[in-house]
Amino acid sequence: MSCLKQSNLRGFACEQSCLTRSDGSATFNQGETTVLAAVYGPVEVKLSKEHVEKAAVDVIYKPKVGIPGCKEKATEQLIKSTCETVLLVALHPRTAVVIVLQEMQNTGSLLSCCINACCQALMDAGINMRCLVCAVTTTVDQEGHIILDPTSKQEEDGKAVLTFAFDSKTNGVIMTTTSGIYSSQEYQECLLSAQHASAKIFEFYRDSILKKLSRVS
Amino acid sequence: MKDHPLSNCEEKFVLAAIAENRRFDGRGVYIYRPIVILYGHDRGCCHVQIGCTRVLAQVSCEVIIPKQTRPNEGVLHMNVELSPMACPSFEAGKQSDYGVEVNRALERLLRDSLCIDLESLCIMSGEKVWQIRVDVHVLNHDGNLIDCSSIAAIAALSHFRRPDVTVSGEEVTIHPLDEKDAVPLSVNHIPLSVTFAFFDQGRTLLVDPTDQEERVMDGKMVVGINKHRELCMLHVSGKMLVLQDQVVRCVNIAAARVGEITDLIKDTLEKDNAARKSGKEFGFAKCLADVILGVDDLLKHYVDSMSVDTTSVGQTAKTVVDADGNRVQMEVDNAETGNVSIKVPGTGKMSTNTEGGAVTWCEGEESDSDVILLDKNDSTSSEVSSKQVSAVVELSDSEEESVLMTSQDLERTELSKSRAIETRENRGGRCRGKSFGGRNRGKRGRGNGQRYF
Repeated sequence: MSCLKQSNLRGFACEQSCLTRSDGSATFNQGETTVLAAVYGPVEVKLSKEHVEKAAVDVIYKPKVGIPGCKEKATEQLIKSTCETVLLVALHPRTAVVIVLQEMQNTGSLLSCCINACCQALMDAGINMRCLVCAVTTTVDQEGHIILDPTSKQEEDGKAVLTFAFDSKTNGVIMTTTSGIYSSQEYQECLLSAQHASAKIFEFYRDSILKKLSRVS
Repeated sequence: MKDHPLSNCEEKFVLAAIAENRRFDGRGVYIYRPIVILYGHDRGCCHVQIGCTRVLAQVSCEVIIPKQTRPNEGVLHMNVELSPMACPSFEAGKQSDYGVEVNRALERLLRDSLCIDLESLCIMSGEKVWQIRVDVHVLNHDGNLIDCSSIAAIAALSHFRRPDVTVSGEEVTIHPLDEKDAVPLSVNHIPLSVTFAFFDQGRTLLVDPTDQEERVMDGKMVVGINKHRELCMLHVSGKMLVLQDQVVRCVNIAAARVGEITDLIKDTLEKDNAARKSGKEFGFAKCLADVILGVDDLLKHYVDSMSVDTTSVGQTAKTVVDADGNRVQMEVDNAETGNVSIKVPGTGKMSTNTEGGAVTWCEGEESDSDVILLDKNDSTSSEVSSKQVSAVVELSDSEEESVLMTSQDLERTELSKSRAIETRENRGGRCRGKSFGGRNRGKRGRGNGQRYF
């Protein structure tokens, strides 16, 4: 049976309302990986994207180098579907929620950092959400050991990279994306350890919000 | 998205304040906003903040074939991205007039002033040269974008290291970073821009305008200059006339300012290098923990590495997998023989065997029922075939009766034709309710709205 090699999450940091022009914004760090997220919403929507019954969620992901390509579009789609699940889109029909993500530094677990930054920015913007969302990336290395919150070196060396997004209410899986080859045993182990890690991240969210609102009370 | 327009009274107020030599943010006419320069973890990554304006620049390199007209010169490519993050009116992936203006100003300032020695980027004349690409991402727009971008771009270029190259005869080896130390670009001088905003037909001038001031100004002048007082660029835009002595005055102010910024860039570069050498922390993550200008500490939160208790994970995973064992086995078996037959005329048939094949139209000789049925051996849901089934959307003639059969429905049908038709009708009914419910609600909503008027 495989076992966990690294059961540590790197240091986390976040900063909310770091931009002035957007409705909500946040910087999120996982170790050295940094993502900046900005949220506008609900705002007017292009006619082609309008939905009569719900708000359209538009995600724009900007890589640090070059113009966004296929890979970035796929990331956008993943984040979009994750956000659509947690946002109460039905409350704001015929509008759009625009989420802009900027990669600032990538040292591994970029997708999970993007989703976490996104959630922080949505919280900052005060958009109604069903629950919070957080994401955890795991890697299975060549010996079948599982690594939580891997660095880019570990991601490259491993045989599979799995990312999961969880909701804060039931701790259920919202999104999962994988690349590489792994057994079902390894998948379940990754899922369970990511689920355990998600509890820590929600705790972090909670602390950051408590700190932010401490001035009010 | 549309940006908030500046109202007439706001415009009048800002202009009235400027006429009295006051500024909206409390600065004097010749006072600049503070500049913060941070370097990222990667080489060639620089983040510059002037007041609330924030820009991120990243330099990258690539080996390309040089232009035929300049066979022994590298290429310096500038790309300014005005992301919607910075301002709602900026559109992603579309270069606006303003974007072109900023991009061109940076090209003139950095490329045309020959601040980077392009000949040193040649690997093999006419065949291989380095292309240096500078991506400037605007993160927050609060005026004076050109100055902020120019500082970020030149600081990133000075911070960047390209991989070392050895040429022996015809063979070119590019050494990876762990093999040989990367080499810095040869930066001849550090050109920087200083922006002046003009009001009252060029009679009043301000340095370092904010977004609000840029919206009400008559025009602006951007002076590109280095600390040796060599003029690299002069850019005037807007509807105004500039007096000759005004230009000379601006250049003198700019020359003084550029000296200060150059020292700041050199100072921050040295600090970053020292941190890298001594193995101290560097990059944005560390900077976030430090105090950044104008940001409330309560909005920041950080924790050190967190350990996750995962002792029981292996065992739990094993139980889950074992419990699923039988089902998983079955799925694999059925995946080989998965087959769907479609018994309706005019429906698309997707190939369901493992060899693949063309999508065909079913000419429909078998029955008149409107249902997709699974073959006998496929009645248990198999992962592969059920995916394909759910991809087959069966449409009958009228839109209202359209049915989407999912694998769950198919399990329910249990091969009995009559029951299947029943299911379809129920399902169809529900579908109708669902798909038109929204529209009906919409109409009713609007009706109510009119009544309230």
